[in-house]
Amino acid sequence: MENLKSGKGDIFTEIDPDKMREIFRNKNKKQVNKLTDLKTAIKNLVHDGDYLALGGFGGVRIPTAAIHEILRQRKKNLGISGHVSSHDCQILSSGDCFNRCDASYIVGLEIRGLSKASRRKFESGNVKVTEWSNGALAWRFKAAAMGLPFLPTRSMFCTDTFKQSAAKEIICPFTGKKLMAVPALYPDIGILHVHRADIYGNCQIDDNLVADDDIAKASKRLIITTEKLITNDEIRRQPDRTTIPYWYVDAVIEIPFGSYPGNMPGVYYSDEEHIHEWLTVEKDIDEFEKFLAKNIYSCKDFAEYIDKNGGVGKIQKLLSLENSPE
Amino acid sequence: MKKYNHMELMITIASRVLEDGAVVFVGTGVPLFAAMLAQKISSPNLLIMFEAGGADPKMNRLPISVGDSRSTHKGVKATTMAEMMEFCQQGVVDYCFLGGAQIDKYGNMNSTVIGDYNKPKIRFPGSGGANDLASLCWKTLIVTPQNNKRFVKKPDFITTPGYLTGDSSREDSGLPLNTGPYKVITDIGVYGFHPKTKEMMLQSLNPGNTVEDVRNNTEFDILISDNVEKTLEPTEEELKILRDEVDPDKMVIGK
Repeated sequence: MENLKSGKGDIFTEIDPDKMREIFRNKNKKQVNKLTDLKTAIKNLVHDGDYLALGGFGGVRIPTAAIHEILRQRKKNLGISGHVSSHDCQILSSGDCFNRCDASYIVGLEIRGLSKASRRKFESGNVKVTEWSNGALAWRFKAAAMGLPFLPTRSMFCTDTFKQSAAKEIICPFTGKKLMAVPALYPDIGILHVHRADIYGNCQIDDNLVADDDIAKASKRLIITTEKLITNDEIRRQPDRTTIPYWYVDAVIEIPFGSYPGNMPGVYYSDEEHIHEWLTVEKDIDEFEKFLAKNIYSCKDFAEYIDKNGGVGKIQKLLSLENSPE
Repeated sequence: MKKYNHMELMITIASRVLEDGAVVFVGTGVPLFAAMLAQKISSPNLLIMFEAGGADPKMNRLPISVGDSRSTHKGVKATTMAEMMEFCQQGVVDYCFLGGAQIDKYGNMNSTVIGDYNKPKIRFPGSGGANDLASLCWKTLIVTPQNNKRFVKKPDFITTPGYLTGDSSREDSGLPLNTGPYKVITDIGVYGFHPKTKEMMLQSLNPGNTVEDVRNNTEFDILISDNVEKTLEPTEEELKILRDEVDPDKMVIGK
């Protein structure tokens, strides 16, 4: 049998499923009120050095409010999963909060172009990066959600993406075919923005789930920000609609428009004008400092950020852009 | 005056490849418009999928993100990225569309870095879904402008597999059998791959281009087919539908 190859990238997180079982065993699984405010949740649940996974898809249903709060609290030395990380990567790169990254999609904002702030961060040589494909990172969360140390897949072979990953070639015990083993990814802290949640953390998500269901199950700690609080009765009326059940959740915060300027499917569309402003202003470092001071560091909360960028009028526009019939 | 521009030409050529009943994974922009044009002209049952979770949408507006709500508009499914990639891994998906900063003669592509990996001159997004799609879909379609900075001997980084080092290297690698790059569509011509060596080969020249143009815009030695054809120009019907129905806001084809 020929030599099986291994990627040379780092694994940033625990992958031993028995150690993780102990952590999940010790989680409080009582259905108790987890309602809190964002400042408290980020202060108590996100620690310097933690490995952070964010939900959503780049500019869609991302927990923007929570990311701003991470910057405001000047968290340090985080690890991050760059799984379709676009505007979220751009905000995180604007602070000095992370130093390692599992990257499958970073730096870009899809057809809008590349983020200069993200480029500066990743071209500095100061971030440890392990490469993956989007599928590989999604399956890494899935492996963790299944309580496994890895999953076999069939992509990434013989590319530099593989060489810079931490995946390993293995032989299938049944067919003898070569497979690609990707290690489970158990984040210290997951943060997701959802459409509806009750005070216990039962969550409903509409439209694409992306990897949020698996991130919820994979994370040691989980913060939920929600557009809207609903009652436990409403959850129990349609249990098949529960994307994330309460026993995975540590904190629930109601933040209307909490994904702005991203798209919240079925609620509001992305604010392309404001995202364009980010992409433009970040090219000039001094201007960008002022922009961040205005939009993040001087804001007492997320509502102030929205107020400074058009407030109710802007939100009404984005609501109708999302919901106008044709 | 030219009756169409490069974007319109590439979208039209790509749309003709997609036969009725095929399943295609697209990104937003050129690939999506090629698929939508195919649906309106020859392939009404073309099944469109997005990596973020949307399947078979009936779009009324261009999604700005492949995961935004427009990508699932009136679709049959909105799901997870893992499940979308599992459709590919199972063998359900015929085509994927990719582009990149650099491509070599075996169709390997770079969308990760220019310069040294550890301290890059330019950091690009990385694989995204590209490595999975090019690994797992049956046929990879590459749409890209062509010049000798993009068509290179040795990409700075191989993000996404083509035929690796040629011959049987792809099937020996562990990747699913009988998969790989199918066509490369550029502003200059349309290329396939040699059946044995898997090197890129000119199949047809776009209107107004010569073999000389191909060579001048390619850093590697490129094979030229014995019977190079002429790419058919976009028809009036194709252009009308593309401009009036597929991209009425001129987001991609330009004003």
